[in-house]
Amino acid sequence: MLSFITRRLAATLAVLLVASFVVYMLTANSGDPLEALRTQNDPASVAKRATLTEKLDLDTPPFFRYFKWLGGAASCVIGQCNLGVSVIRGDEPVASALGNAMQSTLSLVILATVLSILFGVAIGMTTALRQYSGYDYTVTFAAFIFYSLPIFWVAVLLKEFGAIRFNEFLGDPHIPWGIALAIGFVLALVVQAVVGGHLRLRLRTTGISFALTAGILILLDITQWLKSPSIGIVGVALLGTGLGALMLFMTSNLTKRTLQYSVGATVLAVVAMWYPLQFIWFYFNNPFAIVLVAVLLAGLGVAAGFFLGGDDRPEAMRVAAITGALSTAPLLLDQMFMRWGEYVQIIPLRSGVISTIGANTPVLANSEDTWMRMLDSSTHLILPTAALMIISVAGYTRYTRATLLEVLNQDYVRTARAKGLPETTVIMRHAFRNTLIPIATIVAFDFGAVIGGAIITERVFAWQGMGALFNEGLREVDVNLVMGVFLVTGVAAVIFNILADLAYSALDPRIRITEA
Amino acid sequence: MARKKVTAPNTEQLALSELTIEQRQIEGLSLSTVVRRRFFQHKAAVTSMIVLGVIVLLAFTSVGTIIGGTGRLAADTASGEIILDGLRISGWWPFDWYKNYPITTPGGLPSWEHPFGQDTLGKDIFARVMRGIQQSLTVVTLIGVLATVIGVVVGSVAGFIRGWLDSLLMRITDAIIIIPGLILGAVLGRTIGGNAISLGILLGLVSWTGLARLVRGEFLALREREFVDAARVAGASDFRIIFRHILPNSIGIVVVNATLLMSAAILTETALSFLGFGITAPDISLGQIISQYNEAFKTRPWLFWWPGFFIVAVALCINFIGDGLRDAFDPRQRNMPKSMSLARQFRELTGWGK
Repeated sequence: MLSFITRRLAATLAVLLVASFVVYMLTANSGDPLEALRTQNDPASVAKRATLTEKLDLDTPPFFRYFKWLGGAASCVIGQCNLGVSVIRGDEPVASALGNAMQSTLSLVILATVLSILFGVAIGMTTALRQYSGYDYTVTFAAFIFYSLPIFWVAVLLKEFGAIRFNEFLGDPHIPWGIALAIGFVLALVVQAVVGGHLRLRLRTTGISFALTAGILILLDITQWLKSPSIGIVGVALLGTGLGALMLFMTSNLTKRTLQYSVGATVLAVVAMWYPLQFIWFYFNNPFAIVLVAVLLAGLGVAAGFFLGGDDRPEAMRVAAITGALSTAPLLLDQMFMRWGEYVQIIPLRSGVISTIGANTPVLANSEDTWMRMLDSSTHLILPTAALMIISVAGYTRYTRATLLEVLNQDYVRTARAKGLPETTVIMRHAFRNTLIPIATIVAFDFGAVIGGAIITERVFAWQGMGALFNEGLREVDVNLVMGVFLVTGVAAVIFNILADLAYSALDPRIRITEA
Repeated sequence: MARKKVTAPNTEQLALSELTIEQRQIEGLSLSTVVRRRFFQHKAAVTSMIVLGVIVLLAFTSVGTIIGGTGRLAADTASGEIILDGLRISGWWPFDWYKNYPITTPGGLPSWEHPFGQDTLGKDIFARVMRGIQQSLTVVTLIGVLATVIGVVVGSVAGFIRGWLDSLLMRITDAIIIIPGLILGAVLGRTIGGNAISLGILLGLVSWTGLARLVRGEFLALREREFVDAARVAGASDFRIIFRHILPNSIGIVVVNATLLMSAAILTETALSFLGFGITAPDISLGQIISQYNEAFKTRPWLFWWPGFFIVAVALCINFIGDGLRDAFDPRQRNMPKSMSLARQFRELTGWGK
């Protein structure tokens, strides 16, 4: 395994090296950084040109300049990056300019990629399982449309309809009952189409989901929840239970008594920890708290699985631990929503809660309160992430559908069914895992596309991220800046490639044997 | 698989008759005839082809086009009019995309005279959008042709010859894949681009990677087959084996992916032009129009909707055609009978209509 990773890493690094050379040469030849100064008649411009030439080392041919740059970039390995200075940003070192931009862009790109994979695979699987149903046709058609949308267009539309109109709604969150009923009805139709089955089952599903959705919406309206949203211990309990059920379903253990007990106990433990954890969130106010809590809750899950797992101890421990770790998310959400009232007071009233400009509110950028900063970033992340996701999800949906359909035709699926395994087990254990293998290969492809999308999205939403640096750098022929952006995106792409490879070899043992 | 209960001999007969129907359908026909027939059964694909044809016809006949020249604007000193460099072929639409006209309606609202409206300078948006479509289609066609040719050649050589050449070609492919496409495109466009032809050629030179990988995979599988051995025994050269024997067998994968590549290409081109690194003023592209009128979304929405609509329309049509081609070449995933219609289930449940 280790040699497999090293080999892949060495190959990709070599590839990255060549690619960086190509991009450097192209950028260096893309224009003349002195152009603005040349056309000036100002007598001082000659002197300015000379200083700039010296600063940019323009007398050295680009070929040799590249190796100088490479030398500086190579020292990143020992922790002292020297990526040169960016002339157009007032001689700011590129490394420091990147440091600020990197955080916002990478959080956007990674969030969008991860969410797209989750949603895309889930939707794609449901369409494949309900092949040639009305639901399948609708989703396939929608995927085609989303796949054909230019991202800059979507982003502008989202900005107008997703933010400005939605913010107006949040200002006075009143859901008329007629609309609540209509939303409930539409959602119920979708749910019954996904669940499928015989007409009697469908009618029951429709009824239940209609009552649930409409009821929740009406409840939200009566309690004015949207005005001051909060989750609280009840919300954590509900979300935790949902997560536990989802984990049981995904590992096809929904009917196993031992696992039910272990996961149930874990969820109970999470709810019980709600109050003690408040102290951790408050006194240990930095991002590491998330890791700490996740590890703690996973530990609880392991313990629950160990004592209640019975015959399925290893599996119970694993599933319960994952449930525990994932339960950090509702707890974190709870922390963020606790600060909602305060947050609404701080942000400029005009712009509304769902922000359309920038990656954070300037007042809050250096806030002491980690969770407040996180809430602020989240409201800023919603729209760009949605814009990136719409297109990525469509791709994953189509790909997953095609792959799962192919897998379902394989002999081993028929064997699994012939053995009398329940359909959930056949799908989740036998078909799902094999579907993931080809998907792992397109993740790396898609990641590059998402980075490109991020560059455009950032421009529409006026983020000061890497997209802005890249645009600025390329327009003004600031090679160091462009190369800095390239380096970060390239390394991120390499890392994603390797993660995909690892997932690939973990999913498909044949890869390890043939390539190791 | 949940199958309805059928008695044993029936299943066999059914399977046999199904098989013969399938075989009878394609008996004695060439691959191209079979594919063409299957393609024309795909309603969405045929509709898309017609729509795309109408769009192309509309774009090129309405405002005419220019051939040759740099496409740059210049003031004609004799008449004082603005003219374009190159041979201008005029169309039936009375307005030009590069001229300003008096604004006829308040704010340039769409009217009979200017159905897509006018911008603040009085430019006719219909003419601009049509010219934008022309440019985008030119870029897409160039990318499609170039990327397909390069992808097929690289993929087939790598897959057929293997060895060090394969490694080298695939490492080059990896190098291009690893650079985020938009970054590479933007750097190239900024360096040499500016008009549709050069942008199309440049993007074509870097978009072949996915196709090359697929073709290589196909070649690796096909070169082990008996018909290749037979050809070699018969004394065929490598060149002949590649182009006359293996390539026709992988034509499906090439055609389908070339189509998908083109639908991605139109989005890349418009995105680059949106950022200002693709087709630049005074030339027009759909992305550039949107970028130019981005801020006017609230006040003049028609400046924003029309170019976007046509980008989506063209991309959607190409995607559907690709889907139709895929189904035509690979009929494995075609329609299977539905298990049971909902109407029938309803009748059974309620006992109606019996």
